[in-house]
Amino acid sequence: MNDKIDTVFLEALGLDNLDDKSILKYNEIEAWDSVAHMTLIAGLEDAFDCMLDMDDIIDMSSYDMAVKIMAKYA
Amino acid sequence: MIAALETAMSQVPYSMAYDAREALLKDGLNALTAQHYAACEPYRRIIDGYWKGATNAQSVDAVPYLPVSLFKTQKLMSVAPEAVRVTLTSSGTTGQAVSRIFMDAEASSIQQRALASSLMHVLGKKRLPMLVIDTDAVFKDPRYMSARGAGVLGIMRYGRNHAFALTPNLQPDFDAVRAFLDDVNGEPFFMFGFTYLVWINFYEQFRDAGLDLSNGILIHSGGWKKMIERAVDNIQFRSALGQAFKLKKIHNFYGMVEQIGSILLEGPDGLLYPPNFSDVIIRDPVTWEVAPNGTPGVVQTVSLLPHSYPGHSLLTEDLGVIETVDAGINGWMGKGVRIIGRVPKAELRGCSDVIAAAA
Repeated sequence: MNDKIDTVFLEALGLDNLDDKSILKYNEIEAWDSVAHMTLIAGLEDAFDCMLDMDDIIDMSSYDMAVKIMAKYA
Repeated sequence: MIAALETAMSQVPYSMAYDAREALLKDGLNALTAQHYAACEPYRRIIDGYWKGATNAQSVDAVPYLPVSLFKTQKLMSVAPEAVRVTLTSSGTTGQAVSRIFMDAEASSIQQRALASSLMHVLGKKRLPMLVIDTDAVFKDPRYMSARGAGVLGIMRYGRNHAFALTPNLQPDFDAVRAFLDDVNGEPFFMFGFTYLVWINFYEQFRDAGLDLSNGILIHSGGWKKMIERAVDNIQFRSALGQAFKLKKIHNFYGMVEQIGSILLEGPDGLLYPPNFSDVIIRDPVTWEVAPNGTPGVVQTVSLLPHSYPGHSLLTEDLGVIETVDAGINGWMGKGVRIIGRVPKAELRGCSDVIAAAA
């Protein structure tokens, strides 16, 4: 599951690597702005073939939260 | 998050009756006044200088308020500058300074959650396919970067599979709209746009295209200035869209960047309703006393959302009137408000000057 999430993060945020996942927080790094957030959501929905609720989208404020939320759909 | 806000958010949106709301808001607003008084020095000076200190207000209308224009001239924040994650700016009228609103991670999450609860009340919990009545250039093209772009982006996250009804030149994109309607195939969908774009660039362009939007839910917002120039009011707006597109589910909303996340949403009777965690007070523009219901005056909005800047009680530059209280149609409770227009510039001077002098 984490591999799928990693692939989506790399693509949606346009990153070369995910060496330090603890810095991956919404609005805290330049790459993760509101446009990237929507790309990320769409990417995760595609990868997991699911539909995220509004609450999920608001809660998904870090890489760790994304793993927690996507576990519901894995 | 303050306790009163949690209580307000735990109830069905727009369902709190006046008395219960008043009691909850009084506690929550007093808590926010104390919090901002302790954390924001310019706010403290205003409260000490003009309001004679941060006393516990005995009613919501006794809570100190700031003129909304103060956010254009002062940097008002109640969090450390390094904690600020998002700085919002208002669209501003031509040639005017813009407001700057500072939010830390918590404040930003609170406002998104609050806005989501309001929108979900009319859209449902599932994110719907979304037709944006704008162009995607509004947030993709840096030359456009504007409050409008930020507004579109802020709302877009509440929908999915976005399509855009207008080209970058704001011309109708018939192919995009038809493809979107084919895709949704009779299922409910969400439409969002600024009121004047919905009217001028969507309705006026598409009205003869034979579109069936009967499964759509339109949420629209923004100034009515261009609409007034065309002599279109809310009743005509609704009836024209109903006739041209069979679009019946239409909700206008009133909000401002200075109280982002708190939106007065159009209920079943066409009036605007503040969500549970906020309220509207109408003031006489001469005495600043509370105007009786049914009497137009200057709109003051209070909200439990602003945690990172002292924006919980603001005197706006708009005129409005409270038409009903606790009408209860389909469960919509509290004040039903009509916004009439902008205050002519000169009238707010007295108040602004007093506050500026105190600061």
